[in-house]
Amino acid sequence: MPNLRARRARRPGPRRYTRRDRLVLGVLLGLPILLDLALIWGPTFASVGLSFTTWDGIGDIRWAGLNNYDHLFTGYPQFWPAVRHNLLWLAFLGLLAAPFGLLLAVLIDRGVRFSRFYQSTLYMPVVLSLAVVGFIAQLILSRDQGALNAVLGSKNPTDWLGNPGLNIWMVLLAAGWRHTGYVMILYLAGLKSVDPGLKEAAALDGASARQTFFRVVLPTLRPVNVIVGVITVIESLRAFDIVYAVNKGRNGLELLSVLVTDNIIGEASRIGFGSALAVVLLLVSLGFIVTYLVQELRGERRR
Amino acid sequence: MTASATTAPPTLRPEPTAPAPTRRRGRFGIHLFLGAVSLAFLAPLLLAVYASLRPYEETAQYGYFSFPRRLSFDYYRQAFIDSGMSKYFLNSLLIAVPGVLLTLFLASFVAFAVSRLRMRGGILLLMVFTAGNLLPQQVIVTPLYVLFNKIPLPYWMSDSLTMYDSLWAVIAVQTAFQLGFCVFVLANFMRTLPQEILEAAIVDGAGVWTQFWRVTLPLCRPALAALGTLQFTWMYNDFLWGLVFLSDGDKLPVTSALNNLRGEFFTDYNLLAAGSVLVALPTVLVFLLLQRHFIAGLTLGASKG
Repeated sequence: MPNLRARRARRPGPRRYTRRDRLVLGVLLGLPILLDLALIWGPTFASVGLSFTTWDGIGDIRWAGLNNYDHLFTGYPQFWPAVRHNLLWLAFLGLLAAPFGLLLAVLIDRGVRFSRFYQSTLYMPVVLSLAVVGFIAQLILSRDQGALNAVLGSKNPTDWLGNPGLNIWMVLLAAGWRHTGYVMILYLAGLKSVDPGLKEAAALDGASARQTFFRVVLPTLRPVNVIVGVITVIESLRAFDIVYAVNKGRNGLELLSVLVTDNIIGEASRIGFGSALAVVLLLVSLGFIVTYLVQELRGERRR
Repeated sequence: MTASATTAPPTLRPEPTAPAPTRRRGRFGIHLFLGAVSLAFLAPLLLAVYASLRPYEETAQYGYFSFPRRLSFDYYRQAFIDSGMSKYFLNSLLIAVPGVLLTLFLASFVAFAVSRLRMRGGILLLMVFTAGNLLPQQVIVTPLYVLFNKIPLPYWMSDSLTMYDSLWAVIAVQTAFQLGFCVFVLANFMRTLPQEILEAAIVDGAGVWTQFWRVTLPLCRPALAALGTLQFTWMYNDFLWGLVFLSDGDKLPVTSALNNLRGEFFTDYNLLAAGSVLVALPTVLVFLLLQRHFIAGLTLGASKG
């Protein structure tokens, strides 16, 4: 059947578009393409260009060559901590939050009672905006009025969000709170589509529950694994709202996204330099985006 | 939704093992675990609701977990009316509703063209849109800022006379950004529709518009409902675009405006809790009411091979 369809698709059909068809196609394809090029891809390339200049947003645009990049890697103290924080974010979401989401999905998928309640509850944080999550984190973690210190009741309250060695972990917990539910839903959907016959066959062959899961179920979840991987990477690189809501991303919460925002819309308005930071972020993202798209394209060919 | 269709059955090497443990004990353990995790996940929300109902002095004096002496909706009134959150809610709606409708309409046509018309370059188009959705938002902020400042708008459209500092800017960038995700999901969905229906319509002499609007779109209703709820939540929750492209505080969407509840020297956390609950309420309600659609939206895009 797929073969037949593919052959039919390749045949140059006798389809002719009327003038009205061409108008519809032109407008309704043109508009979104124009939007996408003008507001997404155009600015992306413009950022790359601006990263080689010393523009401050008002004066002349002067060419600076690789100066911004040089300054970035050698003379900008916030850069490497921000890179480390982004990597930590990735490791935390990818190695702790995502597997935890998978575990929850597997448990709920066993068809226990109240599974709908569990599913809704665990998913609830995902629909909150990260800004709200940031504020709720403050409610719990702030030094003087926070609920956590009230529970601990210590004489010297801990400054969970102000202590630069500590706050990143607290923020990660908040981010993980959301990410876990997200991953769980994706895996739940994937698990529902696993052919039960496979599991039965494995059981007949005498595989234990663990073996069945790791050797039979998990490999069939490969498409979901890819999606979860991409989402985790993109979320880790895009992370912004929580740290910005907590303390504008300063004092231990630096992230690449925050540095870009600070340089561009902050008082300094160092647009050239901010763009260089954005390009670094872009290059890292593109690596993953391209890998993902190549995967997708292969799937497309197989179809 | 063809997750397992393309994956080959994995090879399995059977190994003899001990018989499976009794089921009943396992079930109890699962409930204990899931119950504890659920409680931990809900606790911050419940705490926020509880705090928002109590006066600040009371929690300051007796702590968050003391027994309530007085419960009231005063903070909600204060947040909603005195701090003008109603205005910001309206802004959020003015951004999200047109944004979602426009995005769904444009994305469904692109998806239709890519997946149903067998256009040349269709896959390339799909890639361009999908990749655009995955870019980090900060990469495009500066040029867009400059661009929006250069686009003049008449006074009746924007009192700043430029696209910058108008809701149009936020709607446009939200739409452009989210197009990618919607095209991706809808193209996957449309591919599962039988091609024969479309061919029958073509034989009957249907033009491109009829094939799209009358024949294909009605079949996509579940996918559109799912994406609609999901997109509404995302656009409503957005924080960055409002922050960057609006300078007039009165135009901010409600997520960005939450910051206004924070005092310069003193922050009333119970008021902030009330504000957070108010901001979260629409998305939580949408989620609880349209849960099935919501989750379908995510998984339509995810569970393809």
